[in-house]
Amino acid sequence: MAEVSGLDRLDQPNQPAPGGEVSGRGVSTSSTSRPGEGRIVRPYGDTTGDGMVQVSFTLPISSLGAQAKLAEGAAAQLAGKMGLDPALVVHAKPMGPDFTFFVVYGRVSHLVDTSQVRVVERDYPLLTPKEVNLAIRKGLRRRLVVVGGCIGTDAHTVGIDAILNIKGFAGEKGLEYYRELRVVNLGAQVAVPQLVERARAEQADAVLVSQVVTQRDAHIFNTKEMSAAFREAYPAQQRPLVIVGGPRFDESMADELGVDRVFVRGTTPAEVASYLVYARVSLRDASSLGSSGQATSQGAGA
Amino acid sequence: MTEKVVSTGSPNRERPTTGSGKLGLDPVTVRKARGLARRVGRPIVTMAQRHTTVSVERATLRLAGLQGGDADGIPWVNRLLDAVRGDVGIEHGIAVPVWDALVRGEADNLSSLAQKAAVGSIRFRLPEGRDLTRARAAAKKQVGAGVRRVDARRRERERLVKRWGDPDHKPWVYLIVATGDIYEDMPQAQQAAREGADVIAVIRSTGQSLLDYVPEGPTREGFAGTYATEENFRLMRATLDESSAELGRYVRLTNYASGLCMPEIASLAGLQRLDMMLNDSMYGILFRDINPIRTFVDQRFSRQVHARAGIIINTGEDNYLTTADAVEAAHTVTTSQLLNEFFGKEAGLEDWQLGLGHAFEIEPSLPDSFRLELAHAMLARDLFPKAPLKWMPPTRHMTGDVFRGYLLDGFFNLAGALTGQSILLVGMMTEAVVTPWLSDRDLALQNVRYVMNAAGNLHEDFRPAPDGFIAERARQVLGESIELLERILAHEGLGLLEAIADGTFGLMKRPSDAGRGLDGVARKAEGYYNPASDILEAT
Repeated sequence: MAEVSGLDRLDQPNQPAPGGEVSGRGVSTSSTSRPGEGRIVRPYGDTTGDGMVQVSFTLPISSLGAQAKLAEGAAAQLAGKMGLDPALVVHAKPMGPDFTFFVVYGRVSHLVDTSQVRVVERDYPLLTPKEVNLAIRKGLRRRLVVVGGCIGTDAHTVGIDAILNIKGFAGEKGLEYYRELRVVNLGAQVAVPQLVERARAEQADAVLVSQVVTQRDAHIFNTKEMSAAFREAYPAQQRPLVIVGGPRFDESMADELGVDRVFVRGTTPAEVASYLVYARVSLRDASSLGSSGQATSQGAGA
Repeated sequence: MTEKVVSTGSPNRERPTTGSGKLGLDPVTVRKARGLARRVGRPIVTMAQRHTTVSVERATLRLAGLQGGDADGIPWVNRLLDAVRGDVGIEHGIAVPVWDALVRGEADNLSSLAQKAAVGSIRFRLPEGRDLTRARAAAKKQVGAGVRRVDARRRERERLVKRWGDPDHKPWVYLIVATGDIYEDMPQAQQAAREGADVIAVIRSTGQSLLDYVPEGPTREGFAGTYATEENFRLMRATLDESSAELGRYVRLTNYASGLCMPEIASLAGLQRLDMMLNDSMYGILFRDINPIRTFVDQRFSRQVHARAGIIINTGEDNYLTTADAVEAAHTVTTSQLLNEFFGKEAGLEDWQLGLGHAFEIEPSLPDSFRLELAHAMLARDLFPKAPLKWMPPTRHMTGDVFRGYLLDGFFNLAGALTGQSILLVGMMTEAVVTPWLSDRDLALQNVRYVMNAAGNLHEDFRPAPDGFIAERARQVLGESIELLERILAHEGLGLLEAIADGTFGLMKRPSDAGRGLDGVARKAEGYYNPASDILEAT
């Protein structure tokens, strides 16, 4: 068992964590850092800089009877290798004869440099439903068509419904609520060819696909298959926006997946609607004004 | 089939402590709700009786003992059905053309008949006169033997329950296993049983409900679940028999009949002594976009098989609340429960076999959300005092904050204890994060054990004030469900089909001339014959 007193050394009450060098590309929103600065932080237990974290895990070893000490030692060893020093195994519970569940508290010495954090920042303005409607009416002069669904064997429509259904998500109304959006929700388990066909029939501006099931990376395979199908079915200029969302995606995966945008856990309908306006109306406006060679049939000035 | 009189929910004398009648619901209103459900359901039953489906016909072949598949894994029941269908259609039932071929000596048994038919070396016909009589008699004999095997499995269950006993507590603890690999599922199920699970459910691979065949053999690959196959059923039931003997209580096994193959999977469940099956009257329509007529025809046959097999069905009302708001849509749950009860009893299921579903899905930050949950749960208990209600944990408002989720699951368990729920699906704090880990399951069971130990008998002391918030809310939901049933009846033609088409349930619009599996539906012709249906209707 690790010594609790070992923690005392770590205390640096009310002191900011040792500051690293300040780099230019800050993403921290913390009130203590000046805009444009990075910041070095450590996990916070009850004192600034104490570096305390809590983890839980299971080891496939017994902790019954005489095995208990060995099991706790094994947990402490793992915690140590994970960088917890000292590590406090505060809870060890046998789960049957073969497994033990542990809760471990401990200090990590690692520093987090916020200047090294890479995030995909929202590169479009967040609009209210009213602004979205207005932008579409002015820019497209027709309703913007969204076709959505869950592809492959995925039957979890929770995500797509949260975005599309008028009911919405987290108190925010879904895309069906936007007067200038026409939403076609195909629901669960839509085959890719069916999706392409429907997108074409509806003259979709954007295709929204939700993928929740991630076993054996099904969400990756399905999405790649879908984006390839759209590239194949449409000339590049006429292809609708292809957007995928789901709890296990990473925003930076768009290129790898071949889609225009990836939305992750916690995305709200307003973010999706604002993005649609940005990508389908604002960008098109800009391109048709800026370079005449980029004329498209659905340009804002048409 | 004569219409069965549906109980009106009078207080249940045998189980006075489970909370029946605690809300003091007006018996006239309750009778009215049931009467409306019957009026909504009756034309659907008539419609179902006039149709058959490829899956009903294949189930008949399965009951007759046709197993296995070809080199591509396509089941022989599918190959044989397709051949018969190509020659004479399915509208007369496939029993007569199939057994006519056997009586004619085209093959020694069903299996070799299917193989010959698959290569096109048999022509099926619709015999008449003495040939017809002989074909029918032969079909009835062989299918009847299959139904008797189902009967034998049911008696076997009754014997084993007597030997090993039922759990000594209510609700029964229901745990899900879903690795995709039956050989991983088996030890996990045994571990779950050791940890206190009374019911093990093997979740199916996500895509299975849309397969128009039942896969074959033991399977080791699935997405978010393990395929339902006869061999997987057999393996898991044998595994849990071992656990039952080890633990001294009969551990029940659950699987899913929903989807395009309801009748077949129900038959396999009966043949392999599964104990509970997910079987909802409208789930396939609303959530899987399966054709409504296909669903109602398949549902009726599959429930007749479950009734015969002594299987408890679990209905899927919890699903409504995953797409609609749990407060606004509370009455759709009650409405669906009433319909599931009507359809279930019409198909021969008894009260003890009706595991009507409902769920704890109200937005937790809503003021009085727990009181609302209690009102809804108690309404279900009082409306269906003898049904083994299935209480489903929160999923929609599980955010990934596992600590908050653990608390929410604790309140879910408490609501279950307070309202006398019968089957409690154990909630996982990692819902919406990962498929449950070993430790998640262990923690979840500790949560259940703590609540049941600390407050399991609290329902004895808990009686909502007659005009209080809970009783008032329950009356309101019942009133709204009556209004909904009346609105369904106000539709033209087959009211329920029209209501489903215009999105009355779960916000999804499902017209009856669309959806998957429609091409597998046929209107029965004059002289339609299906020995399985005949036997089951008479049950």
